[in-house]
Formats: sequence, C-alpha cells, structure tokens
Amino acid sequence: MAVDLNTVQKVARLARLSVDEHETARLAEELSQIMDWVDLLGQCDTDDVEPLAGVTVDEMPMRQDNVSMSNSRDDILRNAPIQDEGYFVVPKVVE
Amino acid sequence: MQRYTITDLSTKLSARELSAVELAKMYLDRIAKADRLNAFVEVDDAVTVSQAEQSDLRRHNGEVGLLEGIPLGIKDLFCTPGFTASACSKILSGFRPSYESHVTSRLRAEGAVFLGKLNMDEFAMGSSNETSFYGPCVNPWKAADSAEELVPGGSSGGSASAVAAGLCAGATGTDTGGSIRQPASLTGIVGIKPTYGLCSRWGIIAFASSLDQAGPMATNVADAALLLQAMAGHDPKDATSSNIKAGDYVSAVNKPIKGLRVGIPTDFDQGNLDPQIKELWQKGASWLADQGAEIVEVKLPHNHFALAAYYIIAPAEASSNLARYDGVRYGQRAEGSKNLEDLYARSRAEGFGDEVKRRILIGTHVLSSGYYDAYYNKAQSVRRLIRNDFIDVFKNVDVLLTPTTPNAAFPLGAKLDPLQMYLNDVFTVSTNLAGLPAMSVPAGCDTSGLPLGLQVIGSSFGEATMIQVGAALERAAMFNHVPTPWWQED
Repeated sequence: MAVDLNTVQKVARLARLSVDEHETARLAEELSQIMDWVDLLGQCDTDDVEPLAGVTVDEMPMRQDNVSMSNSRDDILRNAPIQDEGYFVVPKVVE
Repeated sequence: MQRYTITDLSTKLSARELSAVELAKMYLDRIAKADRLNAFVEVDDAVTVSQAEQSDLRRHNGEVGLLEGIPLGIKDLFCTPGFTASACSKILSGFRPSYESHVTSRLRAEGAVFLGKLNMDEFAMGSSNETSFYGPCVNPWKAADSAEELVPGGSSGGSASAVAAGLCAGATGTDTGGSIRQPASLTGIVGIKPTYGLCSRWGIIAFASSLDQAGPMATNVADAALLLQAMAGHDPKDATSSNIKAGDYVSAVNKPIKGLRVGIPTDFDQGNLDPQIKELWQKGASWLADQGAEIVEVKLPHNHFALAAYYIIAPAEASSNLARYDGVRYGQRAEGSKNLEDLYARSRAEGFGDEVKRRILIGTHVLSSGYYDAYYNKAQSVRRLIRNDFIDVFKNVDVLLTPTTPNAAFPLGAKLDPLQMYLNDVFTVSTNLAGLPAMSVPAGCDTSGLPLGLQVIGSSFGEATMIQVGAALERAAMFNHVPTPWWQED
C-alpha cells in the first residue's frame, strides 16, 4: 500500500513526532516501500485464525498488594531536565 | 592479545594466579586501547574496580559465585547501578536509572564484575549497529586482503564485537528479532536467545514487549550456558516471567546427542540461498548425524511470512512503548516550544534517530483507525499460524537446525535501504514470534575468511537440549579462529 504525504503527516501527528517537508517526502517513499512489502501477508489465509498477541504459557500471576518503602526521590529527580526544591519543573500546561 | 574463556579465568582466579581487581584492570586496559571498535559507550574504572574489590573480598571469605570475578560487558539496554542506560539514543543520553534489571542483578549476585555499557542500535532497532547515537560499532573481523571496516551486526553489535575482540569475557545481549544471534554469527561467537519468559525483562528498556528476551553472548557454548544459568529464573516484577524452573544448562554441554532428532526446515531455502550458506548448513547436519543424531526434513509452511508479520508487530509494540519519551520528566527536551504538543513533537523529533522514527511511524500507522484489522490483527493471526507450525514440528523432533544469517558481515554503509537491512533477520525472527529458544554457534568461514554461524532452535523451555546440540556442533566445527587485533593502539 502506498503511503502518501498526507498520511505521513497524519501518522506523525498521532505519534507526536514533528517532521518537516523534506522528511515527509522521504518518509512517504520509505514507508510505501515497507508497506508494499508487508502486503505479502495478503497471500496468507487467516480466515478463522484467532490473532495471537503473546506467547506466555503461564497464567498472569497475581501478587500481594504490599506497601514497600523506598525513598528514591532524589535518584529519580536527578534525571529531570529541570528540577527545583524536590519537584520536576515542567512547562505550563494549563492556561 | 589472548582471548580467555570464562572457564580459563575462573581457574586462574581460584588458583589465585591473579585477583579480580588485576583481571578487571587488564580488561579496562584492553578496552582503552580499542577505541577504533567503538564497542563500549561507557566505562567507569572506579565503578568496575570497586565491584572487583568486593569480589576479591567475597573470595577471601569463601563466598564464590558461579561467575565470581568474571569481567562482563553489559548492553546499554540494561539498567545497572553506577552506569547510565540510554539504549544508545539521544533521547535517553545520560539517563541514570534508579533501579536495576533482574538479569544484571542476578549476574552480580553470582559475582560478575561489570566493565561498562556496550554499543547497540538505537533502542535495539537495527541489524548493523549503525543506528546508535554514539556512532557505529566496528567488527573485529576483516575480509582477507581487505582493509574495509565491517559491521558487527545488530542490535547487540557492541556485545558481539567486544566478546569477539577479547574486550570482555562475556556479555549480555537482547534479542527481539535476531539481535543476539545475527551479531554472534557475524563475529564468530556464541549467542543464545532463550524462550520468552525464561529471563526477566524487568529493568531492560523495552522495544517490543511480546518479543524481547535477554540472553548471553560468549566465545564458546560452555561459557554461554554458564551465563544463561546465572541469568535465568523467575522474577515477580515481570508478569510474563515464567514459573518454569531453569534447566541444567551447564551439564548439557557434555551430553552426547546420540538418538536426538534434528529437524531440517526445508522452507528456509526459498531458492535464493547463498551456496556457501547452504553448504555449511548441510555440513552441520552431517556433523550431527556423525555423532548419532537422526536428521529429518520438516516443513514450516508459514515461515516465509514471518519477516513481514514481524515488521508489523514489532513496530506496533515499539510505537506504544516509546510513547513514554515525551521530554517532560527525563530525557531530551526541546527548547522554546510553543505549547505542550509542540514540546512533545519537537523533543521526540530531536531525540530519536531515523530508524526509530520510521518504526514509530509504521507502528502508529498499522495501529491507526481503519488499518488495525488489515495490518495489526492480520499479522497477529499469521503469528499464530507460525507458532502452530513450530508446535506441530516439535511433536516429532528435539531441535531444528538452520543457518543463522543469509550472509557474512558486510561493510559499514553497505545497506542504506531499510528493507535490505530488515532482510538480514530472515532466519531469526520466526522464533521470536513463536517465543522459542534459539542459539547461534560459529560453524565456519566464507571464502573471504569471515565467520558464519548455524542456528539451533529448541522447543519451548528446551534450552538444555538446544545447548546439548549446540555443543555438538561446536565440537565438530572446531572453529578456533580469532580476529587479528588490528584495532589495538599503543
């Protein structure tokens, strides 16, 4: 399936990825090539075949909901682009 | 430069021929003189030496783990204290994890000493280690009569290059579609991708969660088995971590293979297989037959759909997993954004490389409204058929034997077209889709003297039998070539 410029722009918006005009054109070409190739799957008869999302053999286990104390605030904050007084500093999100 | 096995080093350490600190310093020195390979992206002598000192202290107190004092390299996808974990991406550059991966904590609990973080394709997306933010890693091997630098494969290219060049005794890797086995094949070493669920994914930066598995890379089968023994085991923090008890991989290495049934999936040859690869594959089968295994031809009729299904499923999962990188609480943040959405979109555009962007976009596309059924659900149905083929085949055989890769190592920059690069995983992806264990064992060289591996695929949690057969291949192949150390600086 060919992927046109509008589709690239739409998908990039959904993925929160800014792409410029030049990149859009290149990506349209590359994604078209890849999507054309995966169309091969059309030749595989999957009528009445249930999709398989994962291969885990065991049942997903339940665990006790125990409180644990680990104070790693400073370790976590160390990775913040900007921090102040034990808080993340982020751009204003509410007008 | 001599390449030591873990067994060699354990003997030297227990005989007190050298201390863990001396050993760690010897390897750190090798790493410092091997910048041209760009295998390590982070080393911290103080962290490593302190781990080695603790190992020496434990040995002094009579506490000796399976890997006591053994210097290992860690793929940059694993979180471990003292080092950053960036998945070789700009977006996570400098990230200091506040917790440790289950796999590395198990290795440390067995006494291993970490030399540093290893280069890889960004977020493990690639088959040549060329998508790393820190630049490509180089293969220690070169073709006969050629000075051209070759890729080590990917995504665990740094792990493969470092082990092959003797910069560490063994390494961790991860394998989502072939990322342990393909680089192992291209660098003449052993790599094991375990059954999905044998090794915990906790603390490993996620790429495609239903396919990702950690595994060992080492110079021989015995070392790889020992590393796997230490890495495997249940972890309550990973809901997909299995309760099935790990097997005895170490003693599997010396078990005879007489009477085992080895399947040859003839569908792996779609008529365009390189004659050298085909010949090696046939040789491998006869080596196993010579040791008493029964060789049977089998069919995996949906196998040729595996790569296309993989390139829908893996990007779909990646697009979801990588949605967390928004530049807000950690990682790369773009300056001067107009609003919140602009901040997300520009931080991600600045932080991710081209291959990662391509996969996020493919993944988002196949999951988007109107395409979900046609692509994502379709690929998952194909995945079931592929898995069913393996289940049927393993009713009659103990393992399968195939080539690992369709070619030997190729030059840097040789495969610029993304699709050409994807085709390198043609023999490895189907086991990830089916969740089965598989390993690559060095089996020979092509006409230009570059290493080639053969792949042994095991049944679900059948690692012990798979390793038994891998070791039999190793004994017959007698692959004892090591690369000439052209990279060493004075």
